[in-house]
Amino acid sequence: MADATADIIQSQPQKLTTKDGKPLKAALAASQSRAKRKAFFLVLPLLAFMVLTFVMPIVQMLHQSVYNPGFTIHEDVISKEQTPIMVNLRDWFDENPRGTEPDETAYAAIVQDLIVLRELRAQGQAGTRINYERSGSRSLFTKSARRAPRMEAPFKQALLEIDEEWGDPELWAAMRDASSAYTPNFYLAAIDLTRTDDGSVERVNENRALYVNLFQRTLFLSVLITFLTFVLAYPIAHLLATLPLRYSNLLMIFVLLPFWTSLLVRTTSWMVLLQSQGVLNDAMVGTGILADENRIQMMYNQTGTIVAMTHILLPFMVLPLYSVMRPINPSYVRAARSLGATSWTAFRRIYFPQTVPGIGAGALLVFILAVGYYITPALVGGADGQLISNLIAFHMQKSLNWSLAAALASILLAGILILYWLYDRLIGIDNLKLG
Amino acid sequence: MADTLRQDTFVEFDHVQKSYDGETLVVKDLNLSMPKGEFLTMLGPSGSGKTTCLMMLAGFETATHGEIRLDGREINNIPPHKRGIGMVFQSYALFPHMTVAENLAFPLEVRGIGKSEREKQVKDALDMVQMGSFGSRRPAQLSGGQQQRIALARALVFRPELVLMDEPLGALDKQLREHMQFEITRLAHELGITTVYVTHDQTEALTMSDRVAVFDDGRIQQLAPPDELYEAPQNSFVAQFIGENNTLDGVIKEVNGGRALVQLDDGSLVDAKPVNVSKVGERTRVSIRPERVEFDMSRLEDGAHTLKADVLEFIYMGDIFRTRLRVAGNDDFVVKTRNAPDQVRLTPGTQIEIGWNADDCRALDAT
Ligand SMILES: Nc1ncnc2c1ncn2[C@@H]1O[C@H](COP(=O)(O)OP(=O)(O)OP(=O)(O)O)[C@@H](O)[C@H]1O
Ligand SMILES: [Mg+2]
Repeated sequence: MADATADIIQSQPQKLTTKDGKPLKAALAASQSRAKRKAFFLVLPLLAFMVLTFVMPIVQMLHQSVYNPGFTIHEDVISKEQTPIMVNLRDWFDENPRGTEPDETAYAAIVQDLIVLRELRAQGQAGTRINYERSGSRSLFTKSARRAPRMEAPFKQALLEIDEEWGDPELWAAMRDASSAYTPNFYLAAIDLTRTDDGSVERVNENRALYVNLFQRTLFLSVLITFLTFVLAYPIAHLLATLPLRYSNLLMIFVLLPFWTSLLVRTTSWMVLLQSQGVLNDAMVGTGILADENRIQMMYNQTGTIVAMTHILLPFMVLPLYSVMRPINPSYVRAARSLGATSWTAFRRIYFPQTVPGIGAGALLVFILAVGYYITPALVGGADGQLISNLIAFHMQKSLNWSLAAALASILLAGILILYWLYDRLIGIDNLKLG
Repeated sequence: MADTLRQDTFVEFDHVQKSYDGETLVVKDLNLSMPKGEFLTMLGPSGSGKTTCLMMLAGFETATHGEIRLDGREINNIPPHKRGIGMVFQSYALFPHMTVAENLAFPLEVRGIGKSEREKQVKDALDMVQMGSFGSRRPAQLSGGQQQRIALARALVFRPELVLMDEPLGALDKQLREHMQFEITRLAHELGITTVYVTHDQTEALTMSDRVAVFDDGRIQQLAPPDELYEAPQNSFVAQFIGENNTLDGVIKEVNGGRALVQLDDGSLVDAKPVNVSKVGERTRVSIRPERVEFDMSRLEDGAHTLKADVLEFIYMGDIFRTRLRVAGNDDFVVKTRNAPDQVRLTPGTQIEIGWNADDCRALDAT
């Protein structure tokens, strides 16, 4: 019977059409594409906003991390006119391979370029670019540019008279690197690598190595904080999910309270609590648990960062957990118990697996937020509680080495994307439940 | 006698009380004993404490007073996982993150049964509910009826002696329900399992059970086999709750052996069988099934009292005729007659005479 029907359908490969004879498929596609266009216009404002404020800055940042024209182009602040600088020196670099001993022509080229820099008032900019690699270079450039117009051949001697530095091969290597605007050097610097005189890559001097260590610390602290929030949040979320609604709503307010107070207020209140003259230490000294001279340093170090960030990020773990736990019917655990499972087995085999999407979401959220956290470690982290974002901020605001900041940030971004990818492979991104 | 009873008893509730809030008793003085292999249904309106009783038996709630015994052992202090009671939940409670086969293997796994033995038993259980080819599916990929079967198989796979089912068919449509009712009773009898079944569908209770416990207000109102429950309700709650019923209120005039004369509120007299009323002058509610009302006065015994009735409505229902009458001020007096060739069809607007055999009319408490 069923086979017969199938035969009939097979023997009539008639094309479905609309009333006026157009193929149904095409008509359907047309009407659907209209709906799609409409939907697209609805999201257009948000899309434009996102492109403008999110995608573009990221693209720009990525660009900046490999592009720094400080030694190649000068842009006038007012007229925006762009003038190539260090033209002669760059020509000399082009003509002579790496490792060539700088000769008189090279020094002559520098002097000419310094004169141009002086006219453009660009000696600071060019010096700063070299300063990224060798500290003290900025003053070398400003000092030399000031005296360049009065210099006479032989220029090598004239420059060396101003500063012996001009004879240093490392300076020449740095200038050669800076002479092309596109360079991977900022990435090298961001992972504590540097170029030697002959252009090969090596680790920086141990006492200047900083970033790898900091990346590791950021990673470690973020994992630790994620774990701590998980340990703290899981029971709370469970309680919230199983309590009658009117109690759980009240408790939820306490969980959400941190959201409603300013980040700064929360951080400073941790300072009040935890510093060595703070409430907690005072209380312990007052009750005699602690001797006055043994006050525990819980602030301005890693402990401070960990405690404050765990507290601040806790809601981001509680909420996704709560949202997966709430709809879990208590009859699952009951069923498991009636089938012979101890309460621990029922939890491990039945309840816990059903909360994994929430754990994944919460962990991902907290970890990503923690990796990029800035204010709290800046305020309570002291020296060894700083995270990579504090260094990024430092390079953006203080040292003005934006390219290095961009390189560091790009590495951070890449790390997070890899994590996201891993999460998708292991748990599946569509299992993510945020609420 | 007491000894043999104790031997037979498998499940026993002994003066059990339960209160959730310490103020109101949800279960008041529950006494129940079930022999092995019995299919007992708890039937009752919503909130009457059926689930609570089941939960106490399963170990998820504790009785605030009294004892629950299983096979002679007091189980108040035995945790749920050691009671070895199979359970089917209304929501099925199939573990969503496991396949059907894993769901069924779970009770065997926690009992430490080896892999090959486990697989065999899972297969047998699946075959038992005719779901042999569904082992690798997830519960979400099954229809309601299929999930129900799996839930049943899971509750039976570890061979429990006692199975509890809390409205297991509540979410199914009528046809599937009827089919599953049959399946469940078949399995229960084949495997010789003692079953406690909860429902508030009385047809389900009557068709499936060996005995039915009618719950109301935290008490068992009557515990009896289905036919007895229908034909000999012990009080007016049971009479009202089970099947269709006509009631008339009145006062007992005379009690004479197994007979009572009842004067209805409009003054007319009827014959009835006193059930839980005995004193003359006591208020009573007489109850008569719609199919036991007679129009043919010649078929009544001599001297039987009759009543005048106005025919209000006649409904043709195919196999039966359903006639609505006004009797002694009650507008909802229903009479059912079989659609037979010689059956009279009453016309609305006419007045007729009705009566009944005193044994069919039960004088019950007036609530
Ligand atoms: N966990 C609980 N806490 C407090 N009161 C409860 C709880 N569970 C049930 N009750 C109350 O106990 C009474 C009996 O509930 P129970 O669930 O046993 O009824 P039921 O007969 O199963 O009803 P239904 O047919 O609707 O399932 C109800 O009044 C209910 O409100
Ligand atoms: Mg119930």
